[in-house]
Amino acid sequence: MNTRALPLYATIVIFLLAWLLSWMQFPNILSTRVIGNLLTDNAYLGIVAVGMTLVILSGGIDLSVGAVIAFSGVLIAVLLRDTNLHPLVVFAGVLALTTAFGACMGLLIHRLAMPAFIVTLAGMFLARGAAYMLSIQSVPIDHPFYKTLRDAYYLMPGKGRLTLIGVLMLAVVALGMVLAHRTRFGTSLYALGGGEQTARLMGVRQGQTTVLVYAFSGLMAGLSGVVFSVYTSSGYALATVGTELTAIAAVVIGGTLLSGGAGYVFGTLVGVLTMGLIQTYIVFDGTLSSWWTKIVIGLLLLAFILLQKGLLTLSGRSLRKGAA
Amino acid sequence: MLLSIRSLTKTFPGTRALDEVDLDIAAGEVHALLGENGAGKSTLIKCLTGAYRRDGGTITMEGAPIDPRSTLEARQLGIGTVYQEVNLLPNLTVAQNLMFGAEPRRMGLIDGRAMRREADRLLRQYGLEIDVGRDLGAYSVAIQQIVAIARAVAQSGKVLILDEPTASLDRREVEMVFDVVRGLRDRGLGIIFVSHFLDQVFELTDRVTILRNGRKIVTEATARLDRMSLIQHMLGRDLDHAAPVTRAPDADAAPALLRIEGLGRDGVIAPFDLTVGQGEVVGLAGLLGSGRTETAELLFGLRPAQTGTVRDANGAVDLRSPRAAIAAGFGFAPEDRKTDGIVGDLSIRENIILALQARRGWSRPIPRSEQNQLADEYIRRLDIRTSDREKAIGELSGGNQQKAVLARWLAMNPRFLILDEPTRGIDVGAHAQILRLIRTLTAQGMSVLVISSEIDELVAVSDRVIVLRDRRHVAQLTGQQVTGDQIMRAIAQEGAAA
Repeated sequence: MNTRALPLYATIVIFLLAWLLSWMQFPNILSTRVIGNLLTDNAYLGIVAVGMTLVILSGGIDLSVGAVIAFSGVLIAVLLRDTNLHPLVVFAGVLALTTAFGACMGLLIHRLAMPAFIVTLAGMFLARGAAYMLSIQSVPIDHPFYKTLRDAYYLMPGKGRLTLIGVLMLAVVALGMVLAHRTRFGTSLYALGGGEQTARLMGVRQGQTTVLVYAFSGLMAGLSGVVFSVYTSSGYALATVGTELTAIAAVVIGGTLLSGGAGYVFGTLVGVLTMGLIQTYIVFDGTLSSWWTKIVIGLLLLAFILLQKGLLTLSGRSLRKGAA
Repeated sequence: MLLSIRSLTKTFPGTRALDEVDLDIAAGEVHALLGENGAGKSTLIKCLTGAYRRDGGTITMEGAPIDPRSTLEARQLGIGTVYQEVNLLPNLTVAQNLMFGAEPRRMGLIDGRAMRREADRLLRQYGLEIDVGRDLGAYSVAIQQIVAIARAVAQSGKVLILDEPTASLDRREVEMVFDVVRGLRDRGLGIIFVSHFLDQVFELTDRVTILRNGRKIVTEATARLDRMSLIQHMLGRDLDHAAPVTRAPDADAAPALLRIEGLGRDGVIAPFDLTVGQGEVVGLAGLLGSGRTETAELLFGLRPAQTGTVRDANGAVDLRSPRAAIAAGFGFAPEDRKTDGIVGDLSIRENIILALQARRGWSRPIPRSEQNQLADEYIRRLDIRTSDREKAIGELSGGNQQKAVLARWLAMNPRFLILDEPTRGIDVGAHAQILRLIRTLTAQGMSVLVISSEIDELVAVSDRVIVLRDRRHVAQLTGQQVTGDQIMRAIAQEGAAA
């Protein structure tokens, strides 16, 4: 077994344990209703976290996604309010726009050799500002197509609803897994995250890969915006503040190394669900303040960072032992 | 001829790194490329691999002129390279590393199983049966090195450049890599082998080319050379500018400052004993990679020793960190002045007080008047040529920079000063001055350890010379024994240790 897979297994074990503990207290937590809601409530986060996973694997970071989600939501709402375009056309336009936005950031990061942190921070302000420009107030969406989208679900046994956006999130995770593990683009991401210089020597196309991965993250943020607008039936410039950080937390809890080069897209799904489970538990309990979610997530994050550091030290030691 | 290089020339501002160098590599030979630091080996290799553009000369591959402009292009032309530091990614699997860029696919997606099968087949040709699905980083450096060779050969397949491939391997692992290299030679590849381990050169190579100061000195069949002539060619004897300084005749009589017993660290330097006398200059001689710098690093706490003790008149000396070493009155001027020694943008004054201030702690700044006084004193004492003490040190000549680095440590008033290549890259006049300065310091009671690749420099300045080979102290020369010939003989000797 590869040591870099250890954090993934650790995440899965923690998730199952957490579920088991919650189940012993509230047996209902295993019902399909809770599971269905877990997927639906976290769909937008899961989608954007998949994009974030690929970016982080490549050794980068994308701080713009929270703002891009809000921007997409407001843009969709405003377009649906002021024009007669069909939502699907609007979606296509928004996705194209956010993808191009991500690609531009990737291009800047590569061409100017600028830290991704700074470039995407600028992107964050830009997108958030643009959202405000479109509308300061929350814009409701009452297009009939939205009702169709919300009503499109599969009723699982036990009356749980497997919604369209929940399924979309799972599909995105599957897509992310294929991209990361079954394409040369994916291998290039791991290679860049492992060492840019070496990756270049091995023939990785750094520029192309960087642009593509930020474009993908932009696409995911746009898609997440679409999903969020369906979820809330509105577009609001103040929505999803800090979602980029929640997504990063999910990626790290999912076992991906923040410095890049190691991790799994599947782990990110588990990370997102773990965070959702904590939230669900607090709702079930009813007496706890919802801020406990943040505290537990903080502790989990800390534990995972320590775990990763420990594993790195361990693998370094075994490497030296192997060399001696 | 597989690869022919004619009159290859490459100049950098101020130096001619390669001067009309000729080199021929035949198919099915292992050709050693030897030379000390700065001889031009790496420049030659970088010209071959496209990292540098040459200024003059021709390179022909199988009769056709080539002009590689990037490593990628060189690879496509058939020239593959394996470096000392494995240039593969430890976070990818062995198979991914081997097959990157040529992965088998099915329906557009990478076929993981076929990729592992292909990687496994490839490695079996090298006698390696490992789980190619594991991360490369999980394997020893030797296996990583063989994987790197396999990848280079699979991609280029005509000329293979091995740049210090065995530097971090142990004996058994070296044998493993050598078997692979011999196999490739028998398959008709031309192999350029760069190493500073002379034993390995004799064991593996068919021919040797020696470079010195950017010139080709000789190309000869390995079997027709002995160690002595090899070393003579590498080190040369054209160091007549080293100013002769008379050796204190009673060096052995000096009272001991430090008694070093059994100091060593696995894989870095074998345990050694050394007694440094008060006011004595001890020289460390040996080829590149013989363990000279490592000895210094152990003594300064840069790498903690695993075994052994260092004692002075008051008992054991704590050398677990540079901080402890400085507190014990040790000083160390490292080899690479530009990266480890000076802070180029700071003034001469600031550079001189750097270590002193660090010892006091940054919360207690040295008063400016005291700084000025110190700086002026050392500028005068060491004859640092500058218009004033506030000039950025980066603007000074190499010799004057070196003097300022010396001044920094002298300001600490150390009892034991370690100088790694103190005269590297400085002009002839400053060279003699620095050597004289070392003798002046020891006359005042300071003990100095000098590391140098220039044998005549060691002869000129040292009371005693320790000769290192293969990370081991192999000989100690004192008094009348300290001559260039004796040192070279000791370096060349095939001891039981090697």
